[in-house]
Parts: sequence; structure tokens; C-alpha cells
Amino acid sequence: MSELLKNTIRFILFILVQVFILFKMPPLHRFITPYLYYLYILWLPFSLSRAGLTLVGFIFGLCLDYFSKTPGLHAAACTLIAYVRPFVIGLLISQEGADKNYISPSIVSMGWAPYATYVLVLTLLHHTWLVLLEWMSFGSFLYFLGKVIASTAVSLLLVLLTELLFFRKQKFRTNTI
Amino acid sequence: MRNVFLFIRRHFNFLFFLVLQIIALSFLYRYNKFHEAAFMNVSTELTGRINEKYNGIEYYFQLKKTNEALVKENTNLRQLLKDNYEAPDSLRRLIMDTIKVDSGRSILKYTFMEAKVVSSSTQLKQPNFLTIHRGFAQGVRPNMGVMGPQGIVGSVVNVSENFATVMSMLHPQFKVVVKLKNGGERGTIEWDGLSVLFVTLKDIPKSAKVAKGDTILTSQTSSLFPANLMVGTVYDIVPDNTSNFYTLKVRPATNFFNIEYAYVITNTQYDEQRRIEDSTRKKVQ
Repeated sequence: MSELLKNTIRFILFILVQVFILFKMPPLHRFITPYLYYLYILWLPFSLSRAGLTLVGFIFGLCLDYFSKTPGLHAAACTLIAYVRPFVIGLLISQEGADKNYISPSIVSMGWAPYATYVLVLTLLHHTWLVLLEWMSFGSFLYFLGKVIASTAVSLLLVLLTELLFFRKQKFRTNTI
Repeated sequence: MRNVFLFIRRHFNFLFFLVLQIIALSFLYRYNKFHEAAFMNVSTELTGRINEKYNGIEYYFQLKKTNEALVKENTNLRQLLKDNYEAPDSLRRLIMDTIKVDSGRSILKYTFMEAKVVSSSTQLKQPNFLTIHRGFAQGVRPNMGVMGPQGIVGSVVNVSENFATVMSMLHPQFKVVVKLKNGGERGTIEWDGLSVLFVTLKDIPKSAKVAKGDTILTSQTSSLFPANLMVGTVYDIVPDNTSNFYTLKVRPATNFFNIEYAYVITNTQYDEQRRIEDSTRKKVQ
């Protein structure tokens, strides 16, 4: 399957899962909103250019926004992590050159610890920006802090489950081709 | 000039990011004016269709509860039938009106139309909306009241050809004037976003007699809803000695988790009422 087709299917699936499963669940606590959809941006291929990545992030966030009737909220957070993503990857795998040998970031291509750091940093960034924008309209500082931490914890758990359930096989491509 | 172009080329990614971020934020904060008109109509139509497909499946899991709610409502309506009232006093008999012409037409103020709820959100601290499968073509307009089988639900904010989005009672901007069933004192229902099970009732003077479990109904001063529709029950009285008004925790009668059907309420004299209220405001200023 080509990368473009694969990512298009993922695009649709992630939005449907977020809108029709995670948003439909009765809330566990006022601090917890489970988010998983941003994993799509984390899984995008290395080869995408910086501007392309930012644009895909924006469109992806906006699509979700139309379902949750909050135009711009998720789009802003997604654009931010899509823009920051190359910096984080550059920091984490600078020596190994994995971004040339593998297609997309995963446990296989980056290794356990760098990949976990990568997910943690971007999750925290995404949630902080999202809840900050929410906090502008209402809420208190305690709410802001509590929601960022609790939602990040739940999201990381969901990401872990997704990674285990849908293990992505990555072929090693030599750079001689 | 050359330097400007060089600057743009060098920092293209960052500038592109900034532009997208600004677009997103302007969507977020100018939502009510520009955005609604430009994009929301098309997107409501599209997301409404997808929601409808999903609801087709979800509906089967709720059939039992929906049925129960409708049966209960039917029973309530049946109890209102004229035949049920029989006076023991045989001197005064109740005579049914047999005139075929509906003389009530000209004074009919509210009409109801049923609508299928195709999506409903119950998020904490966030504006909550429902999407109903009735739109402009069926006569739904913004600012119409919406009620469910158990009680009031919210008001229509946005309408596309076949779908409409309804701001539910669990929306920070939703406000409706209600009254206590016992005393008739009026107050305003608001949502503070802390729990999806409760809303807040404010502005009830402390002179009113309030107890836990008291019924709250819509008031005739609300232009969205006819009087005496069920809103909810008092769950708790929040102690506040500094104010002359009660703050009441109210449990809405409507269950926003499993609502399947709703009624859109058309106030046929809404425009007229609006016009005179607006012109009064202008005159006073």
C-alpha cells in the first residue's frame, strides 16, 4: 500500500475514532478528556517537508473541529505540534540517521526511549496549548494544570495501547537505493 | 526589498506556521460572526450526514430507553385528555365543542415539530451541541426552542438545508428564564461547566420557599418556550450568606446521554415580540 493511501485511511480512521468513540464516552472526571487523534501527526512520514507537515496538521485539526463544533481549537494545537515535530525528531535521532533509513517515526525506527520521549513531549505540548485556549474562555488555573496533567496521562495510556495493538512493521531501507 | 524577500524565504516555515496559527485562532474567537456564515453551513450539512449514519447504528442500542421515554410522555398526554375530567356536580356538565372550524388557530402561539437527534455531545467545560435532522427546508430557524420527551433541551443556533445545531442546556452561553413551580419566582438557568449532570439556577430571591426536589418549569417570559414545560428539579441549595438570592443546583430533566428524539418549538409571534422589544430599546436610548 502506498504511503499516501495509508495516511489518508489513517486520517479518516483517527477522526472517526476520536469523534464517535472517545468523545461519546461519558466523562470520567472533569479533568480528563481522552485525546488520541493527534497520534496521526506523530505517525506521518519523515519525508514530508516542514511546510507540508504544518499544513497537514492544520487541515487535520480543522476536520476534527467541524465535528466538535469548536472551529480553530484543535487546528491550533495540531499546527503547533506539526511545526515542532521536526525539531524534536532532529534532537532525538541526530546520530543514527534513522530518518533516512525508515519511513516514519516508530518504536522500531527510533528505539524505545527516544520514541517515548518524542511522544511525551509532543503530547504535553499539544494538551498544554489546547487547554490554554480553552482556559482563556473559562476555568481557573487549577483546572488548567489538572486537566493538562490528567489528560496527558490518559492520552499516553491510549497511545501505548494503540502502539501495542497496531504494531507497525518498518522495513529497513538502505540509502544506496 | 531584496532583504525582505530573503527574510521571507529563510523563515518561510516559521511564517507559514504563524499564519496558520493566526487563522486557527481567528476561527476560534470570531466564531459567531464571520465563520458561521462562511463555513459552518456547509460543514454542518456534511458532518450531519456522517453523524446520521452513525446514529442509525447507535439508535438500536437505545431503543428500549427511547421507547420508555415516549411511552411515559404518552401517558402524561393521555392524562390531560378532556374525557378524564368528570365533575361529580351534575348541574354543570362538561360539553365538548363540536364546531369543525378550528377556532384556536388564530391564537395558536407555539407549534411543535418532532426531530431526530443525530449527535449529542456531553463534554465538561466545553460548549455542548446537539445536531438534529431538521433544517431550513423543514422550517427550522435560529433561536427556536428545543425540548425532549422529558424536558427542555436548548435552543437552535445554526441551520443548514437539512440539519440544525442546537446549543444544549450544557453550554456556557445558554440562558433561559425559568420559575419555581410552587411560588412562581423567576430566575435564570446557566451552566458553569463543572458537571454534565447539573446546571445552576440564579436570581431566585431568598424570600421564596425552596426545598430539595422542587420542580422548575419554564416561565411565560421566555420567548423560546411556552410556559410550564419541565426543566428540572432542585438537587441542592448552595449556601451563600452574602447574597439576597439563592444559588440552586438543578438536575435537568433531560438526559443528554441518551436523547434520541426532540421537538423543535416554533414561536409564531417571535419576530413580532423581538421587533417591539428592539424598538423599545432604541426609543429608550
